[in-house]
Amino acid sequence: MRPRPQTGRKLADLAVKVLSGVFAAVALLLLGWILYTVLQRGAAALNWAFFTELPPPPFMEGGGLANAIVGTLVITALATLIGVPLGLMTGIYLAEFGSHSWIAGPVRFVVNVLMGAPSIIIGVFVYGLIVLRFGFSGYAGAVALAILMLPVVARTSEDMLALVPNTLRESALALGAPRWRVTFGVVFRAAKAGLITGVILAVARISGETAPLLFTAVNSPFWPDSLGEPTPNLTVTIFQYAMSPYTNWQELAWGASLLITAFVLFMMLAARFVLRTRSI
Amino acid sequence: MPSQGYLPPGPPTPDAARPSRSRQSSGDVLFRLGTGACALVVLILIVAIFAELIWGSRFAMREFGWRFLINEDWNPVRSIYGAASVIYGTLVSTAIAMILAVPVGLITALFLVELAPPRLSRVVSTGVELLAAIPSIIYGMWGLFVFAPWLANYVQPGLQGTLGFLPFFQGPTTGLGMLTAGIILAIMILPFITAVSRDVFRMIPPALKESAFGMGATTWEVTRKVTIRYGFKGVIGATLLGLGRAIGETMAVTFVIGNRYQIKASLLEAGATITSSLANEFSEAVGNELFQSVLIELGLILFVITFGIQAIAQLWLKRVSRSMGGGA
Amino acid sequence: MSEISIEDVRIVPQSMPDNNKPSSAGPEKNVKISARRLEFHYGAHQALFDNNLDIITNQVTAVIGPSGCGKSTHLRTYNRIYDLYRGHRAAGEVLLDGKNILEPGQDLIELRRRVGMIFQKPTPFPMTVFENVAYGLRLHYRMSASELADRVEKALKGAALWDEVKDKLDHPGPALSGGQQQRLCIARAIAVDPEVLLMDEPTSAIDPVATAKIEDLVEDLKQQYTIVIVTHNMQQAARISDYTAFFYEGYIVEYGPTKTIFTKPTQKRTEDYITGRFG
Repeated sequence: MRPRPQTGRKLADLAVKVLSGVFAAVALLLLGWILYTVLQRGAAALNWAFFTELPPPPFMEGGGLANAIVGTLVITALATLIGVPLGLMTGIYLAEFGSHSWIAGPVRFVVNVLMGAPSIIIGVFVYGLIVLRFGFSGYAGAVALAILMLPVVARTSEDMLALVPNTLRESALALGAPRWRVTFGVVFRAAKAGLITGVILAVARISGETAPLLFTAVNSPFWPDSLGEPTPNLTVTIFQYAMSPYTNWQELAWGASLLITAFVLFMMLAARFVLRTRSI
Repeated sequence: MPSQGYLPPGPPTPDAARPSRSRQSSGDVLFRLGTGACALVVLILIVAIFAELIWGSRFAMREFGWRFLINEDWNPVRSIYGAASVIYGTLVSTAIAMILAVPVGLITALFLVELAPPRLSRVVSTGVELLAAIPSIIYGMWGLFVFAPWLANYVQPGLQGTLGFLPFFQGPTTGLGMLTAGIILAIMILPFITAVSRDVFRMIPPALKESAFGMGATTWEVTRKVTIRYGFKGVIGATLLGLGRAIGETMAVTFVIGNRYQIKASLLEAGATITSSLANEFSEAVGNELFQSVLIELGLILFVITFGIQAIAQLWLKRVSRSMGGGA
Repeated sequence: MSEISIEDVRIVPQSMPDNNKPSSAGPEKNVKISARRLEFHYGAHQALFDNNLDIITNQVTAVIGPSGCGKSTHLRTYNRIYDLYRGHRAAGEVLLDGKNILEPGQDLIELRRRVGMIFQKPTPFPMTVFENVAYGLRLHYRMSASELADRVEKALKGAALWDEVKDKLDHPGPALSGGQQQRLCIARAIAVDPEVLLMDEPTSAIDPVATAKIEDLVEDLKQQYTIVIVTHNMQQAARISDYTAFFYEGYIVEYGPTKTIFTKPTQKRTEDYITGRFG
């Protein structure tokens, strides 16, 4: 028996270490490249008019996306109002009654499948369900986004509620509290940080969504008078303006991109912050 | 048994088998029914999606039947629609994405778990998570205005210079097309593959790795022989999840793929995917019953594919985590 | 000792001769809780067999035995807390003041107001000290803010915690020390004016000094409440309890006045356990 030469082994080891470092660096580099582009070109487009004025006609300087900003905020808020309670209740059911129920398994499975379902499918679905009957509207857009939020909220809230030790539930029950008060009064408080994180992540996920709005809210160059008609929003605006040949529209698209990116990343950081500072 | 002879168990009480149930407060009944109803909504939703898509595609199904899947022609003017070109585009762009993203994602995950010092690992992890958080449409903007021109100017000429004899790399170097779409998709699913594989690798019992290190193995040898082998099944699950994402990805692809309904060997040629055709054509189709039905059928095809992939991935990952949980 | 007969419902504390019972009241009035042929099942696994036990009013009853013998399981039938879990099932009878609480129609909320419970690990709710104690009060009673404050103060005093927390009523309950947390849980339990306190190894997660405080507290509390305490600590049982039940593998092997159990156990197994030969 002779000792095996170690040079080859050590070289292979080194090569993989270098390669993996390079890949990690590439990932960071791409992130930096994208963020830099969005920041640089978006910042150039942002000014007071961007936040206060309506979109301009092609080739006209100036104008802004105030209507789309308002529209996106309203649609996102409405979607949150629909999607979060529904998701939360589903999460509660899975965490609190899941072990007693035969529908919990299928529901959990479907929640996971919906989390991975292409958002454009949800758009097509809501198109068939609502738009074909009532026409394009901000409401339809909000419903589509709510359906996208539902599984995210359901899944995270189930996970977070499941982390709460059963002894806490038992002690509240032992005081004579009914189940619903145990859940909303005690378990919710214990899982507060996690639940808020889930909601924030869900809002972050939908605020950048475009595909489901293409068939539902579509877009509009006017102020949104009501959600019952095509409603202006930032993401569809980005899509339409970026694909247009007009440079002033393309610039506005970059401004909107910066706004959306900043909002989504801010939400991500907020979620991390909330999770780290668990209070009582 | 301790108490034999002392405290005989005695005859079983008549109601020994009867579960003791109690009166629930009406609030609790409502609570359970209410949350249960919401959970039921989720089940109804998935059924409704399938039903809606099938119902919506009835005209297209009646008109074209199964030939829809293999017909290459796409001519809205003459009302001839075939899905072959977009299915081809979906498969090819996804394949490019997987070929690029799986190895890079795996090795990045290994870097995070095995090689990087903790602080660096945290930084890279955060970066990867941010990459996952960037909305699809932003990838589209960056891809269309920055990445595609960069490819056209610096990468594609070189590619044609060296590999141009292959059919895959002939044709125009506009920067837009299958290859660009595939690369952008790869960047978009890279975070998923990295994150899931990272979690899989972290589940490997440290004792297993330590014993290999203890025998004098190098980091790479431990990785190859212990980490990868042990985490292999989990990595397959991660790959499936990434695949599902890539196939359903819409906006970024729509921006850079070129949107042409054709089947060409060259990856530099423009193409179209199921998602890009939905995003582009839907506004054209409003009012045209057959065209709309065709698009909805495309949606149905997409949903069936992603549903299948998701279902397999879920079942697979559940099995894997159970088997690994037992070992940890 | 095996002269148990079906008719004789009252003999259950087998080794407890009548003259050892508290003298003031008659035996019928003295019993707060009686377990009758109590069985417990975790799914297919049976954990309790034919448990018969009488808990005497305003006394401390200790439940001892090696781990896994069913002592906690037995205790958890007294307030039906096991109902939370699927497949957990009790059969037989648990009579609280003569009424079987295992009956399907039992109002669990009222039962649990009457029978409070303290757990092994302190379980302060994620809210302030004040809100912790007020939680149960708000569940069961309507009262003015000032009366609520009075009741909270009374409960905290009853749990010998008032002096330590009167200046931090608005601090989070989980921020208290382990021993204080456990007394907070006791305050929370006694605030709703229960009749029975169940304690499931209440000092096992707590340091010796804090344990001593809680033991003193138990001594005081028995003036007002009937206390059943599960403990794995033999000295503790001997120090604070009036009666002791020894559990082994789901059976009640011996039950009687603590002094008798610890000095003249009739069962060899009891003696072996008490003297530390096993367990």
